[in-house]
Amino acid sequence: MDLIAVLADAVRAAVGPQAAVFALAAVGLNLQFGYAGLMNFGQAGFMLVGGYGMTVSVTRYGAPLWLGVLVGLLMGFLLALLLGVPTLRLRGDYLAIATIAAAEILRLLFRSEAAAPLTYGVFGVQQFASDFYDLNPFGGGSYGIGRFSLSGGQLWIALVGWLLVAAAVALTALLVSSPWGRVIRAIRNDEEVVRALGKNTYAYKLQALALGGLMASVAGMVLALASQAITPDTYTADLSFYAFAVLLLGGVGRVLGPVVGAVLFWLLLAASDSLLRQAITSGVISDEVLSTSDVGPIRLALVGIALILFMYFRAGGLLSRRTPKTAATAKAEVAA
Amino acid sequence: MAALTGAPTRVRARRRRGPAWAIAVLCAVAAALACLLVDASPALAAGEVVQGRLVDAEDQPVPDVEVTLSQDGDEVASVTSGADGRWEIPVPAPGTYEVSLDEESLPDGISLREGAEASREVTVDPGGLRNVLFPLGQVETSGSGLGAALAQATLDGLLLGALIGITAIGLSLIFGTTGLINFAHGELVTVGAVVAFGLNAAGLHIVLAALVAIPVVAALAGGSELVLWRPMRRRRASQVSMFIATIGLALLLRQVVLVVYGGNPRSYEQYGLQQVWEWGPLSITPRDASILGIALLVLVLVGLTLTRSRLGTAVRSVSDNRALAGCSGINVDRVVFQVWLAGGGLAALGGVLYGLSQAVTWNMGFNLLLLMFAGVILGGLGTAFGAVVGSLVVGLLAQLSTVFFDSELQTVWALLLLILVLLVRPQGLLGLRERVG
Repeated sequence: MDLIAVLADAVRAAVGPQAAVFALAAVGLNLQFGYAGLMNFGQAGFMLVGGYGMTVSVTRYGAPLWLGVLVGLLMGFLLALLLGVPTLRLRGDYLAIATIAAAEILRLLFRSEAAAPLTYGVFGVQQFASDFYDLNPFGGGSYGIGRFSLSGGQLWIALVGWLLVAAAVALTALLVSSPWGRVIRAIRNDEEVVRALGKNTYAYKLQALALGGLMASVAGMVLALASQAITPDTYTADLSFYAFAVLLLGGVGRVLGPVVGAVLFWLLLAASDSLLRQAITSGVISDEVLSTSDVGPIRLALVGIALILFMYFRAGGLLSRRTPKTAATAKAEVAA
Repeated sequence: MAALTGAPTRVRARRRRGPAWAIAVLCAVAAALACLLVDASPALAAGEVVQGRLVDAEDQPVPDVEVTLSQDGDEVASVTSGADGRWEIPVPAPGTYEVSLDEESLPDGISLREGAEASREVTVDPGGLRNVLFPLGQVETSGSGLGAALAQATLDGLLLGALIGITAIGLSLIFGTTGLINFAHGELVTVGAVVAFGLNAAGLHIVLAALVAIPVVAALAGGSELVLWRPMRRRRASQVSMFIATIGLALLLRQVVLVVYGGNPRSYEQYGLQQVWEWGPLSITPRDASILGIALLVLVLVGLTLTRSRLGTAVRSVSDNRALAGCSGINVDRVVFQVWLAGGGLAALGGVLYGLSQAVTWNMGFNLLLLMFAGVILGGLGTAFGAVVGSLVVGLLAQLSTVFFDSELQTVWALLLLILVLLVRPQGLLGLRERVG
């Protein structure tokens, strides 16, 4: 067993572009769910339209990359309107079902034969981001210390990704401490009260959904750029669930929660992945029991267990201020 | 079942009706499943042979199609189907082989049916004969006419809708009694189908395998209530955190199934190859007809149980008003537990039937779950009859859409209907008007 390699894998994943993508999506989700209380389970849909908006305008219409990014943002904004205007009146869990259905509709449409002339169908499109990597200031070499290293290209996309995360976090920090932020937090706690005070809660919720959706579309673009590939099946409902897992791991309604969550999520995911793979190849776990192709599903099963345990013991996430009430104090309150 | 507690002797005497009902339902289901046994096509014992007959959607033989048998990637033999569509490959020794159909050699206008695999793994037992079915379909529905296509799609839609209905009842009743939207319900369906597949592959007849899988999944569902949901309700966890916990459970179960079962779709041993029954433009295999019959029978039985039995009355009163039901002496926790057991069992039955009519895959439950949501919300969350009506509508819509549009988009139509209903009538067709916003 080579624990240094496990550590190097884990750290590489935790600072790499993937973690930045999840941090971005979770910062957006934090604004929607953590502050405004909107159960958006369609974050994958926003990522999909962002990624595809950029890719399709670059590859099909020969647009420059910056224009593609704008198209991606516009698509994210339009999706927020399309989804939010009709569904934001719904109660929390209904909204969750509506958003997950919408994201799934988008994925099925984008992978369908009929849409293939625009979206490249099931197999998607590869190698479209040369414009982006031409800007890479780090060249082709490898950067890092010892075993832990990133190639120049990876370093470039990771840097861009984390700068975007920093910008999104800064924006969130400013927003939630503003009067606007007070209103959306109040909506989360009791919408009726806010409505009684004369605020248009519907407009505030729509704004929160759109802002979070825009951050998710940026996340979708970074994901497409990082892998230089885009396929509809990258954006399954599971992606939305991982965004929730990241947010819950970090802390709901804390500005830095999603960032901590994304780093931890990938640290744990990559470490368990690397450990399991080594255990199998070195024969500690016989390949009769598990093969290396089972490692992917197992680590996702661990995500599932983590979600259950968090909801059971600490519904607000690691950084949460409020600990869930114990049954005893809750009963005392009811009795009082 | 003793849903009422602390009741006087008169009630105690009537309590026995609960188990009697449950036994009656179980017997009826078992009898219905046994009907499946009747139309098992007899296999002829001979040398070890892999064989099949290629027919198109109109049951006409498809000749001159190349079928290849290989083992561990090495080709063993290759034959072409005869004028009657039959092909037969003698196998050198018992073992596991891969049979693949050369799609290039299919005549124009005929292709493998949606979801069917061009190659599949078969295990040949010593002295055994193995039927392999490659379902073929017409690329275009031209010739048969729109009316016939609509009639056939209606029949298929009824089948799909009844299967969604069986699985959706549990989802709806659990929501009705506890307010929990169980995202892991789809995985109960998958686990049911996969457990039955494991037993079936080990040699148990599918009907017996199903009868074992149903209590296994009921126990799984009941266990989740005892270990997770009841303690979480006691801790006053919010609806949202319980909802997210069901997503975690769904993820866990789905990935475990993927590891244990694998990613390839597989079929049960029995009822793979069947002669199609035809009435005019309609055609259905005896297998699908039995599935439809069982599904409708179970739906009627569940309806009767809910309206006529003591347990059903208790379930409905808990759904109606939990606190009031508790005050009237109904043991709410117990009713909820029984709903979980019944919902799990029905999900497993639905999974086996769905696996019989399509194929068993690791993510069948998740795909079905979105259709279940569509059906349940269309009918009205929390109502059993609404779930059934809504599911039938969703099944019909999904299948009828394939007449006009690409069949890969059939789920899209069902989901669009779901969103539309949420906008226009969030309480659903049969739901009571209540605030959802």
